[in-house]
Amino acid sequence: MEPVTQQTTSQAPARTVYDARGLVEPHADVPKISVIADGRASFDASELSTRQINRELRWLLYDEGVTDLTVRKTGSKHSIGAGLLLRATITVEGSLGYFGFGIIDGPEVHITGRVGWSVCENMMSGVVVIDGNAGSCTGAAIRGGDLVVRGSMGARTGIDQKGGLILNGGNAGSNTGFMMQRGHQIHCGNVGPGLGDSMYDGTIYVGGTVASLGVDCVEAELDDSDEEYLERKLGLYDIERADSFRKFVCAKKLWNYDNLEPSERKLVL
Amino acid sequence: MCGIAGIIHRQGSAHIGTEVTSMLQSMKHRGPDSTGFALYGPPSDLVVMRFTLADPRTVTDYGYVERLERSRSEVESRLAKIGANVERMNGETSYAYRALIRYEGELKALADYVEDVPGVEILSLGSSLEIVKDLGDAENVAEQYDLSTFEGTHAIGHVRMATESDVDISGAHPYWAYPFSDVAVVHNGQLTNYHHWRRRLERSGHRFQSECDSEIIAVYLAERMGEGLSLEVAMKTSLEEFDGVFTYLVVTKDSLGMAKDSMAAKPLVLFESADVVAMASEEGAIHAVLPDAVETFDPYEGEVLVWSL
Repeated sequence: MEPVTQQTTSQAPARTVYDARGLVEPHADVPKISVIADGRASFDASELSTRQINRELRWLLYDEGVTDLTVRKTGSKHSIGAGLLLRATITVEGSLGYFGFGIIDGPEVHITGRVGWSVCENMMSGVVVIDGNAGSCTGAAIRGGDLVVRGSMGARTGIDQKGGLILNGGNAGSNTGFMMQRGHQIHCGNVGPGLGDSMYDGTIYVGGTVASLGVDCVEAELDDSDEEYLERKLGLYDIERADSFRKFVCAKKLWNYDNLEPSERKLVL
Repeated sequence: MCGIAGIIHRQGSAHIGTEVTSMLQSMKHRGPDSTGFALYGPPSDLVVMRFTLADPRTVTDYGYVERLERSRSEVESRLAKIGANVERMNGETSYAYRALIRYEGELKALADYVEDVPGVEILSLGSSLEIVKDLGDAENVAEQYDLSTFEGTHAIGHVRMATESDVDISGAHPYWAYPFSDVAVVHNGQLTNYHHWRRRLERSGHRFQSECDSEIIAVYLAERMGEGLSLEVAMKTSLEEFDGVFTYLVVTKDSLGMAKDSMAAKPLVLFESADVVAMASEEGAIHAVLPDAVETFDPYEGEVLVWSL
């Protein structure tokens, strides 16, 4: 197989290697192309591969002690920013592909473009704000933190959500909150069919229309604490409030589980 | 996994060969086995026929070249017998040909007669549709077939990761809607009632070039349009009649459409402006041909959208 032309960076020419299927995987040296000053850094990712961008991010955050960084021109690459387990402020000027900022614990991220499927999957804590739209499986299995999308999102938002908040300024697709276990979702616009299908627990607020409810999801009464929560979260992220919200929870007709943490369950047992 | 892409220029021709190549190459990781293009050039009063004499993986033994030459001669001879006047025939590889034909008869009769030659497969037949597909990534296929010079109004493409059938040209997308001219489909997903629909369509007199479920979509849509339905209505009907998870793109002489099943389990990202509409399995493919800051979105479940020239 002929080597494929390598993307250029300011580093010395990189070696070209191949993965098991013969696809090109650029050599993963840290590019070290960022401009760093006073704990802040920025770099242009347009000429970097996914692996190079992530190596640069980790080098800046973990080795150089940068706490405020900006990444420009990410070009919708996949899996950017996965596994960052620290407090830092990160701005992405551009769009991300699939699995952006998955498995993170702590960072505050602002993405100016849109994101593909499964953004912030398994997020533990932190804040991620996306100015554009998001694809399907947004916030899948998040455990904590706030995930804010100013645009709209695709199907299966918050599938298997275990905590945290997913705040959606626009519409959402089918099976929103599918198998949700805990946490909150706020959708200012309309949601598709199958809302809250097979959810175990948690709360979903919808400001627009609901195409249909999923199995074991029912509407509940909106009380003062709900209103306070909505007011606080929408105000915090400057999202325009819908005229009125409806609240949806699990009917618990199919509910055969307790809601104890594993450690609590051990104490009970 | 597979990746699909499509682009339509509503204000006139563009370098769609280069554009779709860039879109598909950026999704090479979704399917490195084969790549295919369905490109629409300026409509002509001639019929454009793309066909192969053999698969590129055919064993090239001592008689290989002679067999291909015999097959090519037989195709020319049969075209002449059926009343088709070949104005030009180019061999783009040793096994893939493009022919410009003056023919007034029924396309089905022509297709059946030509494909009766052993090993011959017609990839596309129509006044403006040209399907090019081969093994390898988009840049390899585009270079092999000189797609950098192809200008037209709209196109779709596919990168394939072979999962349920062989790595060969027959299994590569797009699929022409035999025997209907100028209709082609690319598809990402799986139809679980494939055999049901194949039997029904075969009973209606259609035949299939492959074992691939995607070919069903092309023939199904063409048949529905033949019954008088619009492309959009035919696509909406398909969402009710096909089971499985799928997103597909379809092109006709003057339109490009997308459909997503009710589970929305296969991705598609879309960008739409007054002049151009582009869509792909991944946003990176759109950025490969359009500026980075475009506003893109995911169509919702059960959605059908059609754009026309």
